[in-house]
Amino acid sequence: MTSRVKEKSWLHYYLRSTSGVIGAILVFLMVLLSLIAAFKLYPHDPVLQDIENTLKGPSGNYWFGTDQFGRDIFSRCLDGMRRSMIVSIFSVAIATVVGVTLGILGGYFGRWFDSVVVRMSDVIFAFPAILLALAIVNSLGNSWIDTSLAIAVVYTPIFIRVARGPVLSTKEMDYVKSARILGFSSPRILVSHILPNVLAPIVVQIALSLSWAILTESGLSFLGLGTQPPNASLGLMVSDAQAGSFCLVDSRIPFTFYHYRSCWSQSGRRWPSRFT
Amino acid sequence: MKTNFFFSKLLSVLLTLFGISIFVFVVLRVIPGDTITGTLGTDTGVLSPEQIDVLKQYYGIDKSLFGQYTSWMGSFLKGDLGFSFTTGLSVAKLTQSSLAVTAELAILGTVLGVIIGIAVGMFSARKPGSVRDFAGQLFGLLALAIPGFVLSTTIVAVMANKFHYFPNGLEYMTPWRNPWMNFQQMMFPALVLGIAVAAPVMRTTRSALLETVDKDFVRTAHGKGVPARRVQFKHVLRNSLIPIVTMTGIQFGYLLGGAVIVEKIFALPGMGRQVLDAINHREYATVQSSVMIFAILFVTINLVTDLIYRQIDPRIK
Repeated sequence: MTSRVKEKSWLHYYLRSTSGVIGAILVFLMVLLSLIAAFKLYPHDPVLQDIENTLKGPSGNYWFGTDQFGRDIFSRCLDGMRRSMIVSIFSVAIATVVGVTLGILGGYFGRWFDSVVVRMSDVIFAFPAILLALAIVNSLGNSWIDTSLAIAVVYTPIFIRVARGPVLSTKEMDYVKSARILGFSSPRILVSHILPNVLAPIVVQIALSLSWAILTESGLSFLGLGTQPPNASLGLMVSDAQAGSFCLVDSRIPFTFYHYRSCWSQSGRRWPSRFT
Repeated sequence: MKTNFFFSKLLSVLLTLFGISIFVFVVLRVIPGDTITGTLGTDTGVLSPEQIDVLKQYYGIDKSLFGQYTSWMGSFLKGDLGFSFTTGLSVAKLTQSSLAVTAELAILGTVLGVIIGIAVGMFSARKPGSVRDFAGQLFGLLALAIPGFVLSTTIVAVMANKFHYFPNGLEYMTPWRNPWMNFQQMMFPALVLGIAVAAPVMRTTRSALLETVDKDFVRTAHGKGVPARRVQFKHVLRNSLIPIVTMTGIQFGYLLGGAVIVEKIFALPGMGRQVLDAINHREYATVQSSVMIFAILFVTINLVTDLIYRQIDPRIK
């Protein structure tokens, strides 16, 4: 064992990529700001109206100014960010668990179950994402859980595909065959032999989906079918801003989106080194 | 062999469409519960059981679920898409005009997006790692990250406030009635959608070009003295076209979704606005039929893309 090369951890590779580090810092900042909102540490109450101070520009008291109801835009940005984060994490979590489970089971067991799973994801794929989310929210309701569920349904088939593909090749591997011959149970093979080997693309997909989910949520709120007023949501604020208020939030959503992308696509790229 | 492929493809598309119709039916008809409560709201409470029965019969929800599905599908296939109460028109009539708007928007957006995307992609790929490559990639990243509604809102705000120019505030003109007005009204929404399409097309173009440039036949072409520009277009671009076309096809579908938001902001009477208005007015028949039409469009586009790239690359069997 003397000649064993010490394997460098994925963190080592990660820290060496500039865009990955920048992304990580930005995501960290976002999480921090959302946490500030979660603990209600924002300078003003985001839903408190102040009729005397409507549509003010940025000042020492109101960092980003106020909207048409005199609410502090900075506090609303923080709270909106928190909402976007919750919805995106919750919806992607559901989509990942359901999609990966169905995908792995379908890929591993094949036959009719697989056909049903594939057919189902084809059907969901046949809708533009925002339209499908819209239709589902229309049926379910407007609470954040409904929005998350709608977004989860939209993104589940992506996870089914991403998980199912590698399973098809992995299940033919010798070590899986020998595990089967040794009499391991199917659940054990799935969890400890198949799952670790399909994890890399799933991690990348989680990263991408988080950013898309934020976009979909803000799109839904923008159309009036996500977060309901007076609560703050980034999409809703852009929609309000159409009415004429000075709003800095416009630049915030794309950046949120970008942070996720660069951070996670880096982590995804480095991830496989752990398993190969 | 070829017709065989076509038929199996067609069969799978039909199967998918069947699945979609069931999905739409379940999500939009079964889950929301009751059309009557949806239409009348709290007034439903004062109705007598007889009145409710009559209303149920009127809306066709007195039948079993299977019966409701077959009667919906039956009339849908016959071209009867239901009736919109707020506009007083049949949904088929509404769809006729709104589909034309969305189609025009989508085609303009795709054409713009492909032109911008391929141009920036070629611009970027010419010298990988250079400043111009960086600029091109930055464009791609920004275009990918800025949501359509933010871009549209910004355009509207700047145009209306700074230049007092907002053709979309006027009545919508079809290209037949007033082509110049129509062009002005379509220009910005198509640009917004075009930029959204351009980003992934640009990235695909760039990576596909970079891959092809290293191929032997490109070196041979250069070696035998083919002019550089000709090599760039006839050899490199031609052989990079498949991923680009695939990407464009995928984006064309997404663009239909983006159209929902852009149409709302620019006040274009297209399919997206039709769905949104119907949702706001709680007209389930309109929502159901419109969503179904959207899905059919999407599936058709995917099929066409599939057929096109088989045409471009004879190697794909």
